Amino acid sequence: MRHFTTLLRNEIWRLLISPSTYIAGFLFLLVMGFLFQWMLRLYTSDPQDETPSVLFFRMFFIPVFFMVPLLTMRSVAEERRSGTIETLLTTPVTITEIVLAKFSASYLYYCSLWLVTASFHIIFFTYAQADTIIDPYPLIGGYAYIFLSGTLFLSLGIFASSLTKSQLVAGILGFTLVFGFIVIGSNIEDLSVLAAEKAHWLRQLADHTDALQHMGDFSTGIIDTRAIVLYLSASLTFLFLSILAIEYRDGTS
Amino acid sequence: MRPDRSQSFNVPLRNTTNQPTELDSKPHTIEVEKLHKRFGKINAVDGISFKVEKGQIVGFLGPNGAGKSTTMRILTGYNRASSGTAKICGVPVTADPHFIKRRIGYMPENNPLPLELRVREYLKYRAKIKEIPFSQRRRAIDTALERCDLLRAQDRIIGKLSKGFRQRVGIADAILANPEVIIMDEPTIGLDPHQVILIRDLIASLRGRMTVIISSHILPEIEMTCDQIVIINHGKIVGQGSPAELRDTFIDHTTYEVEVHGPAKELEAALASVAPELKVERTSERDADGFATVEIQIKGKHDYREELFQALAENPDLRPRSLRSKMAPLEDVFLAATRRSWETVDEELAAPQPAPQEDEKEPVTQNPEPGTKS
Repeated sequence: MRHFTTLLRNEIWRLLISPSTYIAGFLFLLVMGFLFQWMLRLYTSDPQDETPSVLFFRMFFIPVFFMVPLLTMRSVAEERRSGTIETLLTTPVTITEIVLAKFSASYLYYCSLWLVTASFHIIFFTYAQADTIIDPYPLIGGYAYIFLSGTLFLSLGIFASSLTKSQLVAGILGFTLVFGFIVIGSNIEDLSVLAAEKAHWLRQLADHTDALQHMGDFSTGIIDTRAIVLYLSASLTFLFLSILAIEYRDGTS
Repeated sequence: MRPDRSQSFNVPLRNTTNQPTELDSKPHTIEVEKLHKRFGKINAVDGISFKVEKGQIVGFLGPNGAGKSTTMRILTGYNRASSGTAKICGVPVTADPHFIKRRIGYMPENNPLPLELRVREYLKYRAKIKEIPFSQRRRAIDTALERCDLLRAQDRIIGKLSKGFRQRVGIADAILANPEVIIMDEPTIGLDPHQVILIRDLIASLRGRMTVIISSHILPEIEMTCDQIVIINHGKIVGQGSPAELRDTFIDHTTYEVEVHGPAKELEAALASVAPELKVERTSERDADGFATVEIQIKGKHDYREELFQALAENPDLRPRSLRSKMAPLEDVFLAATRRSWETVDEELAAPQPAPQEDEKEPVTQNPEPGTKS
């Protein structure tokens, strides 16, 4: 692990000097800003059951769908396409260090982008709701969930990138994996096949993989350890699979 | 070489790690034994064995797809061989990848670089992951920059550099950690002659301190820089040795070039008086003074220079102006070596099943005789 910090610093530095980082960040914040504004307009027209922050976090999957593939599709696929993976793997670094560095760099970037959206809430509470007391707990819970689920989504993206040479394929695959987890994971219990008694175990499984449910829980203050275990273990699994994929495609091929 | 190849054919594949090479291996930095690499059904590397002494510069020569890059990748530990052993500094590359990776500097084909970094930034990053201690890092980078003549370009972005500069960045990276073995895959591809000379000098300056393996299909370049040449074709070694040794093995005739004035008949008579086997191979147009350049060839290795000169001088009708023995260009050696291997490949293909005659002969006739083409 001695090269991890070197690799991570290099990854972050390359993110910082790349214009696409800032463009992606700008677009992300633009989309999030519009979403927030649209949400507030909803509140002015109709009374809602939930606080604005809870509703805001309910829509977390919209930016996730496009941000995660965009952030991660480059990581391994680009190195492989340009051939720099060969110069990297012939130095004393291990594939584990490379994967972890790439994951950590994109994770830090992802988290920092989300942290910027916290300013929306601050602005909202200071200007629009100056008379009410700020309620930080849904925010803390919501961001905790964002950071927790980010580990899984980004590891899915890294995994998709480690499978292929083409950024495009990596992006599509990453999107499919993230979309699959969020949409199928949340709607699997509605399938009529599962109504049968014998699919009981599957329904139980589906209860645990419902990303929207987790989001709701976290933003209302229910910190569920089952979700924590699910996200962390699944992300570790996919990072491990990425290591295997790189080893298979580049190490011994 | 012939004996080498037949050996690798007859000996069944086996793990050679337990061979008593302890004593032999000391002076050799690189030892490769019966290396095989299979991609699906294709044998990319088919029983390659060679040894390289410390400080030597070795050139891999071969047509495209001969297995040069694959052999290099196996040596770096990037690819794994299907069978056989490759040792660097006496350690098999698969046994301790970390040990090997700290002792090699590798520049892959096409020299991939991160285009958005600056030269110095990139080398600093590479110095860190190559485990150069902090106290020596700065000096190592400066030395590498200086040796590759990159000091002026050190703050420029790699993506905006010309190809020659990029190539030098790749070489600077390879020599950065002062490794014992440097492996460069086609370091001079796509460069202009001036840059080729620069890089050739740079590689030559590494002689004695580092063991260098370079690959190329530019023959004069290999001939000029390398102490040892390994000619690879179809994943097999078809020729090995210094340029002079290769000539001895593959070129079985001696050529003299004479500038002479006088009738051709008289010349032939004079030649016959020296040795009957001497033949006029080619005669050029006569120049303004009436001198023609004549190539005289003889099978085998004989030195007739003195006799030839005397015979020409004694003949009253002939006025020789110059005489020199002509070295066969490496191109001929290369063509002869690869042609020989094609012949054996064809024989092998023909051997198991009684193949029709044409199939067997065709590839041979397609290739020009090495002697006639020079």
